[in-house]
Order: sequence, then structure tokens, then C-alpha cells
Amino acid sequence: MAIESIPVTPDKLVAEVTRLKNEGWRLVTFSSVEIDAENMEVLYHFDKDLALTNLRVQVKKGGHLPSVSGVLFAAFLIENEIRDQFGLTFDGLVIDYQGRLLNDCTATSSSSPFCRLLVRGGMTVKEVK
Amino acid sequence: MARSVIPFGPQHPVLPEPIHLSIVVEDEKVVEALPTLGYVHRGLEMLAAKRDFNQMIQIVERVCGICSMIHSLCYCQGIEEMMGVEVPRRARMLRVVWSELHRLHSHLLWLGLFADSFGFEALFMQLWKIREKVMDLNEATTGNRVIVSVNVVGGVRADLDESQIRWIKDTLVDVEAGIRNLQTTIMNDSTVCRRTKGKGILTKQAAYELGAAGPTLRGSGVAQDMRQLKYAGFDEIAFEPVVETDGDSWARGAVRFRECLQSIDLVRQALDRLEPGELAAKVKGKPQGEVVTRVEQPRGECLYYIKGNGDKFLDRVRIRTPTFANIPPLAAMLPGLDFADVPVVVLSIDPCISCTER
Repeated sequence: MAIESIPVTPDKLVAEVTRLKNEGWRLVTFSSVEIDAENMEVLYHFDKDLALTNLRVQVKKGGHLPSVSGVLFAAFLIENEIRDQFGLTFDGLVIDYQGRLLNDCTATSSSSPFCRLLVRGGMTVKEVK
Repeated sequence: MARSVIPFGPQHPVLPEPIHLSIVVEDEKVVEALPTLGYVHRGLEMLAAKRDFNQMIQIVERVCGICSMIHSLCYCQGIEEMMGVEVPRRARMLRVVWSELHRLHSHLLWLGLFADSFGFEALFMQLWKIREKVMDLNEATTGNRVIVSVNVVGGVRADLDESQIRWIKDTLVDVEAGIRNLQTTIMNDSTVCRRTKGKGILTKQAAYELGAAGPTLRGSGVAQDMRQLKYAGFDEIAFEPVVETDGDSWARGAVRFRECLQSIDLVRQALDRLEPGELAAKVKGKPQGEVVTRVEQPRGECLYYIKGNGDKFLDRVRIRTPTFANIPPLAAMLPGLDFADVPVVVLSIDPCISCTER
């Protein structure tokens, strides 16, 4: 059982979010999920008249996604939180906390605290059981 | 004109919990507000790696005390949907009763804090005095005042007998009378109106585009409430969202005030529909797949994304709380205000930092 979602590639993400906004969809939130040790996906949830639509974008851990905060200002907080928790970088953030939204002394994004499995440079660096 | 940056919080008389706003002002006018979070972040979502899907109920109840029942309701509904569990009708109605009692005491708490934010201490004390009766109902029916712990996967663990139902109904008569007694003061008193009307205006379009939730959204004229999804027992209960159109702090307060009376009505409707039956369905197996569920908390729409792999530990529990969604709208409300109005407008979104720092 999986939720209905529209697969989107990172290069088409901003255009797809803009289309949803123009069609009257309201931003609800994004959910970031690990797939395996090297990959994760981000689900973008939108609401219109109590119906949900979800965009699904796959990305490498520690990789980059285009920010949609230029289209939907409220996305800046969600994207900064995902960066802090999963170490994913969003390019073009309208307010960029540089990985310090949740802790202004240390950039928590460097340790990806919400990733259970993590591979960097071909080595498993983290496995929470 | 020279600009100054004034730190608002993390410790501030109107903030029961820590959040920080960097308020940029020119003279006394707010130009910009930038939020900073993380003072009490607990990483509760990550505990899904170490607590099984039943133990996670106790974890999500502690995301927020003031709406703990509704967090566990949302989580349990998600697991039930994944596992194809049909919740008995009596349990669904009891979930409505306790979730609306939670909304009622949460709104009364907030109305009191709101009155306190503009120095109306007598009103604050009157509202909290009424709230105590609701807390007594929680304690007597579940054993706890705040974290009532009634939800389990498949239903509820507590029941109401005839004498308790009668007592709840009698108490709600007193609570309703007390609330109605304060209606003129809350809605029309010149002190309240001068501090709240026209302060922190959020237009209908801005509320929608900024992803506002709950009374913050409905106070700006958007008639959206997750109870319209007819979860739990709401499919059998008459319900219409409470909406105000002014979009200011007064409108957000008015929505919550009217929702107090609405919650009383919803509890009565649910109690009238209680019929003998099972409290919980038997649950077999382990959750597999992914699901998104939404419920309406006192502060607005709450979303849970849950992913399981057939193991007793879930792969992911993602919790989007309403206050997290209402922070960008708050940042948009503050520019243009006098600095003295900032505390009242911050309170007007009913910020729950416990939820935000889940």
C-alpha cells in the first residue's frame, strides 16, 4: 500500500509546484524519507478542497534539490528543517539558515541526525538500529 | 531611518514556551521578523527507530500535552488504515468526545493566555476557572488531566458509563453558561477590541498561499477544517467550520471562542449517539506500506506521514504540526505593526512550541 503520488524529477520540480499553486493547491508540508543507504525521497503534499496531491522526488543523500520557496514562501521553513535533519541542500532558498535552523551554534546538517543509514565516499558512516 | 534588531524570546512574558523572533524595527514600526527554532527540539520522530508501532502511541502523545489525544488519534488512524483495521462505532464516538474536550480546554487555555497578553488578568482567571471543569472531566473519565492516553491501535482503552455521561452533560451545561457569560467581554469589550481589532491582518489570499492552518486560516475567511474529512465519528455528526472574515487578531480569537461552544455541541452529539459495543478491534500483523492522515487539532490541520515495512519498527513517522505551518504566516503578519502589538499578534496564532519542536 503506497500513497498516490506524481513522480517528478528535480529539474521539473519548481515548474510542477508553480503549476499546482496556479491551479489553487495549498501547500501542506513536505515529508523526507530514506529509501536506502544512499538515496532518499521528498514528498510534497498539497491540498485543495480537502483532497491531497503528492509530488515524489528522489534524490541522493547529501545531494541538492531546487528550493520552491521562491514560489511558495512558506516552504523556506520546511526546507531548512529538512536540511538540518537530513543534510539535504536546497538551492535558492529565500531565507537560508545554512543548516542552523534548529541549533545556531552548530550546523546539525553536517551529521544528518535523522538519517538512520548513511553512505559517504563509499563507506557506511551511520546505521541506527 | 536607522534600523534596530530587537530579540523577541526565547524567554518572554507572553511565551509559555521558547521561540525566538529577530524583530527588525524602524523607530517603533516592525519591518521584518525572522524566526529561530530549536531551543527544545526533541527529535521524537526518530524514536520510531527504537520504539515499536504500539509504543509510538505514547511518544506521539507527548509531542504536545495540550492536544495529546488528537496526536495519538491521528497516528492510530494512520496505522489502522495501513493494517485495514475497522474501528468499532462506540470507539469512534468516544474519540470524538475526548478530542473535542481537548479542543475545548485548549481553546479556553489560549483565550486566557490571550487576555493575559494584553493585561486583562480578570478575564484570564475567569477563563481558566471554567477550564478546570473540563480538566476534571478528563481526569475522572481517563485518569489523567492532560495526557489522557485513551487511544490504542484499533480503538480506545477507556469507556464511559451512564453516570459519567450524565455528569459530563451536566458539567457542560455549567461550562457553556460560563463561556456565554464572558461572550460580551471577549467579543465586544473596548479594551479587547482596541488591542486586537486591525492588528496582525492576514488576508484570505495570503493565509491560503502561506499555508496557514486552523483558526489562523479560518479567521481569514477560508472555510477549511479537517473535521470535514469525517474521520472518527464525525461522519455521523452535524458539523460546519467556524469562519470569521476580518483576518486580524480579534477574528482569530472569535473563531476560537465560537469553536468552544461548537465543541460542547459536538460532545453532546457524540454522547447522544453512543450505543453499546466493543471498544477496540483485534489487531493482527504489522504495518506495511505508507499512509498520510490528517486531523484537526485545536491549532489546525495536523498531518502524519507514516511508512512501515512489515516490521514492528516503523521506517518513518513524519509529523507536521499546525504551529509549524503558522510560523511563515506570522512572519508575514508582523511587518507594519507597532512593536507594542507584537506580543498580542504572536499569541494570536496560538503558538505551540512543544508541537513545533517535536
